[in-house]
Amino acid sequence: MTAVLTKPRPIRLKGRSYLALTLTPELPFEDWLVRLDDLAGRSAGFFLRRPVVLDVEGLEIDRAQLRDLVGKLGARNVRIMGIEGARPSMLGNDLPPAMSGGKTTGDIEEPAAEPAREAPVTETVAEAPAAPLPTRTAPASLVVTQPVRSGQSIFAEGDVTIVGSVASGAEVIAGGSIHIYGTLRGRAMAGTLGNAEARIFCRKLEAELVGIDGYYKTAEDLEPGLRGKPVQFWLEGETFTAGSLA
Amino acid sequence: MGKVIVVTSGKGGVGKTTSSAALGAALAQSGDKVVVVDFDVGLRNLDLIMGAERRVVYDLVNVIQGEAKLTQALIRDKRVETLYLLPASQTRDKDNLTSEGVEKVIGALKSHFDWVICDSPAGIERGATLAMRHADIAIVVTNPEVSSVRDSDRIIGLLDSKTLKAENGERMEKHLLLTRYDPARAERGDMLKVDDVLEILSIPLLGIIPESMDVLRASNIGSPVTLADERSAPALAYFDAVRRLKGENLPMTIPGEKRGFFGKIFGRKAA
Repeated sequence: MTAVLTKPRPIRLKGRSYLALTLTPELPFEDWLVRLDDLAGRSAGFFLRRPVVLDVEGLEIDRAQLRDLVGKLGARNVRIMGIEGARPSMLGNDLPPAMSGGKTTGDIEEPAAEPAREAPVTETVAEAPAAPLPTRTAPASLVVTQPVRSGQSIFAEGDVTIVGSVASGAEVIAGGSIHIYGTLRGRAMAGTLGNAEARIFCRKLEAELVGIDGYYKTAEDLEPGLRGKPVQFWLEGETFTAGSLA
Repeated sequence: MGKVIVVTSGKGGVGKTTSSAALGAALAQSGDKVVVVDFDVGLRNLDLIMGAERRVVYDLVNVIQGEAKLTQALIRDKRVETLYLLPASQTRDKDNLTSEGVEKVIGALKSHFDWVICDSPAGIERGATLAMRHADIAIVVTNPEVSSVRDSDRIIGLLDSKTLKAENGERMEKHLLLTRYDPARAERGDMLKVDDVLEILSIPLLGIIPESMDVLRASNIGSPVTLADERSAPALAYFDAVRRLKGENLPMTIPGEKRGFFGKIFGRKAA
């Protein structure tokens, strides 16, 4: 006899942001790799165990060149976790996935030249000093005054306010709450950094998917009576709740 | 300096090439100097619609690769003397379009013509992004159905992020051209209504082109619909769109209908 799960437990989906080092290679790659080797030579292990994203925006290269570059970086112990700014045709299963929507956090300082080697020989070689990482300030909120178009993805660690509509095929992801002063036709995911208090508000509900802190509902699970209405969503314990705002 | 217009849509088959030819011809008929550039490398059609397929010697890719001069590749229309065509290559790969090459060609065309109309290929790949890259004005061609509207929305997002204007922090001027509109079917609910499309896309409306056999007939004889039959409903709609593009404030109507579009709605309600 097969057990039929009448109420399947949904998978919890959570977003999380990490700080990654971004490398911006320049053509010709041979010269650029020489400069990289020079940097790595000054500080062994600078790239070790560090997530690195390769930014190839605007580079006129093909897939073979990109794969070659990733291979050469791999040989230098620089492991690429994702590639930004590449044409989809350049990426395949054998290359790291495409990344987008990254935010600049300021330059990471190059390691200074290693202390002189004349140091007493008895001293064990110290691990290279890790570059100082920028300290995180209060989560930034974001106000968008234009419609969010299909294919666009908006992210902020704090609250997101949209003065306009969110199109079908667009998504808004926030660490805090999401306020939409227009029609929500795409996806909205609030509290993705682990905030169960976050809420989603919209003037008119036509959403494809809404989620808070990993709990979500698709359009089919939403009460049909709420469609086209002003609605808010919040979590009550583990229950995803929706209510009319009118 | 002329103005560069990109005619784009995301989705294929909605009427980009037809509209590029019709708008280009209508602008030229008003006395302006116009060039229509086909960016659909590998699947060119504009030469057919404009009836110049037997006169293509050099094309856009030849010019970009330095194999021909711009003046050699430009084809002057036989009916309107201020109308020119720069055809796309049918045999080359679209990877031959380089960003610098396109910039150079568009720059040269801008200094010679009042209007440079770039007929974008469908999709959001290289050809489409290069066609929109140097534009001052975008005309987004949309059919009143959901997949076309969503694709147009995607394209508007790209217009606001991937064009030179957007990268310089300026706002791209965008207009919606609603094509293949059938008021009777919209009224029955088989098609999206004008207001629904405008609500979703939220950009100003340039014109409503009615669904018409005249468009197909014009294509088959190799003539922009504004040249083939100046009195036909779609031609009148394109002429109105061009007047709006030039800054005139005209009431929105669907030519060929007995009453104006809004009059029709109110007329029905009253009945």
